[in-house]
Amino acid sequence: MSSPPVTGSAEVPQRLGGPVPARFRPRRTPPAGSARPRRRGPLSYWRQYLAISPFYLIFAAFSFFPVFYSLYLAFQRWDGMGTMQFVGLQQFRFLWDDPVFWLSIRNTLVIWVLSTVPTLFGALMLATLLHSVRRFKGFYRIALYVPNVTSIVAVAIFFGAVFSNNFGLVNAILGMVGISPVPWLSNPWLIKLVIALLMTWQWTGYNMIIYLAGLQAIPNSIYEAAKMDGAGPIRTFFQITIPIMRPIILFTVIISTINGLQSFSEPQVLFGSNAANANLGGPGQAGLTTLLYFYQSAFLNNDYGYGAAIVWAFFVLIIILVAVNWRITTRGRKA
Amino acid sequence: MTAVDTARPATGGRRRRRPRGLTAHIILVVAVLVSVFPFAWTIVMATNTTQDIYKSPPKFTFGSHLLENIRHVLNTIDFFGSMLNTVMVATVTTVLVLFIDSLAAFTFAKFDFPGRKLLFGTLLLFMMLPLQLAILPQFILMSKIGWVGMLKALALPSLANAFGIFWLHQYIQNGVPDELLDAARIDGAGFFRQYWNIALPMIRPALSFLAIYAFVNCWNDYVWPLVVLTNPGHVTLQVELAQLNVGHTTDYSMVMAGVLMAALPLVIVFSIFARGFIAGATEGAVQGS
Repeated sequence: MSSPPVTGSAEVPQRLGGPVPARFRPRRTPPAGSARPRRRGPLSYWRQYLAISPFYLIFAAFSFFPVFYSLYLAFQRWDGMGTMQFVGLQQFRFLWDDPVFWLSIRNTLVIWVLSTVPTLFGALMLATLLHSVRRFKGFYRIALYVPNVTSIVAVAIFFGAVFSNNFGLVNAILGMVGISPVPWLSNPWLIKLVIALLMTWQWTGYNMIIYLAGLQAIPNSIYEAAKMDGAGPIRTFFQITIPIMRPIILFTVIISTINGLQSFSEPQVLFGSNAANANLGGPGQAGLTTLLYFYQSAFLNNDYGYGAAIVWAFFVLIIILVAVNWRITTRGRKA
Repeated sequence: MTAVDTARPATGGRRRRRPRGLTAHIILVVAVLVSVFPFAWTIVMATNTTQDIYKSPPKFTFGSHLLENIRHVLNTIDFFGSMLNTVMVATVTTVLVLFIDSLAAFTFAKFDFPGRKLLFGTLLLFMMLPLQLAILPQFILMSKIGWVGMLKALALPSLANAFGIFWLHQYIQNGVPDELLDAARIDGAGFFRQYWNIALPMIRPALSFLAIYAFVNCWNDYVWPLVVLTNPGHVTLQVELAQLNVGHTTDYSMVMAGVLMAALPLVIVFSIFARGFIAGATEGAVQGS
């Protein structure tokens, strides 16, 4: 649950409030004494700088610097112990020809699509239903959100047990109705399906809460107007709710893209028993996501340069996908 | 559905709404069952023996072997030790994040100073970056200062919680009126007094949301502890749990008892505070309207 809830819609009413805001709020400046504060040097703001300094010191050391340092590492060969050797684009060239890297990209994308699409559709459907009911609202919200606060390790172990090939609950139930056991955790596609199911289970409630917040912010008068114009519930949903919710849907799509492409713990725990050998990610490496491959290269093989190259190449991929998603989600806006 | 239909045939306009509400409830209840089923089934597995789980078909009812399985867990891994590690790191991180983030968010929301836009923009930009981009250099940094394997290495990077600042910033902008700060200033309150005595008490709901958010994240974090806590006897609960799963696939009921013990405390605590938490999560969106 590393993603923020939605807050964007808060600003919309202000911006739409007309050419001149009702109450103009100048940004506050510290002591009230000086009538014209614009000539003051940066040093007179030391209190403000002091206040934000704890964050920015840690941020500089553990976020800002590392991001660029890993880009630097991607052009080196280094095992973390010996001397660093500049190799130019060699790591990326090797990456381009590395079938395992491309396999991991493919795995990651398949898992991402298989999990994001049902998650967001399910979340929107549940949010709409939840918005329409009056009773037990609080209970539903909590019960549906609980998967998101459950530890990913615990969930992965649970899914491993339930979908186990020989003794899992799923195969046992299938066996009772006469279907022979399905190799959930050894077939390449089923492995991805199980991981995607896990992620769907964990993230639907989270997205539902965000959608619900968006639905609650839509003023009732719009719906009343639509009703007077004779629009039915389905039509209202597609022609009023969806267009108004577009910014929020866009937000969830982006967050899901960033989160969904970062699947690591799920396959790592699910196929943890293979961690000792090179075959990370389960049989046929069908569950090897890109970040798992990164982990294997950087921390198990101590190939820091290659690990950094993987993670940066992957980051570029995320940016491309976010941009594509942005285009798709915002396309119909003018129509 | 039919029961409702026939029971209220004459209520005209309401008649059409009733069944729809019922359908919604049915779908929602099914969704709730799906979302809580893993907990129930984990309890079933944790209260039975491994033989019961391996049987075909498996036992579907609760058993009586829970204490025995828990005893096995306690004998196999240092459960309470790793739990203590987790609680310590999560608590320290949460408290510090609350302080650091609220102070910075207050400054950004209510004051102007040179570089404000640039600094805040950088923060927003990095909030969107995948964390894994930084994890390798973070590890190198930790090994340079000799913190690899130590709990403090766990807490430090997560203190730079950009989301917390962004979140509190939104909240403070709408939730703390300028007039109040002006009044305090006229009364002679300095910058830090305005923060501590005016802003902080007013943003308590947002703080409690952030506290739960930070604590849960820290408790469930897996990647960073896995990387940085290289010392086998000195790890967090999640890493210990994953190792329990790797090493003892033959004793499944014990592993499930471990899962239950590691996941349930947080879920229970969350359910107690959930009302405020979810209200806090949605508040930002509702604030402006």
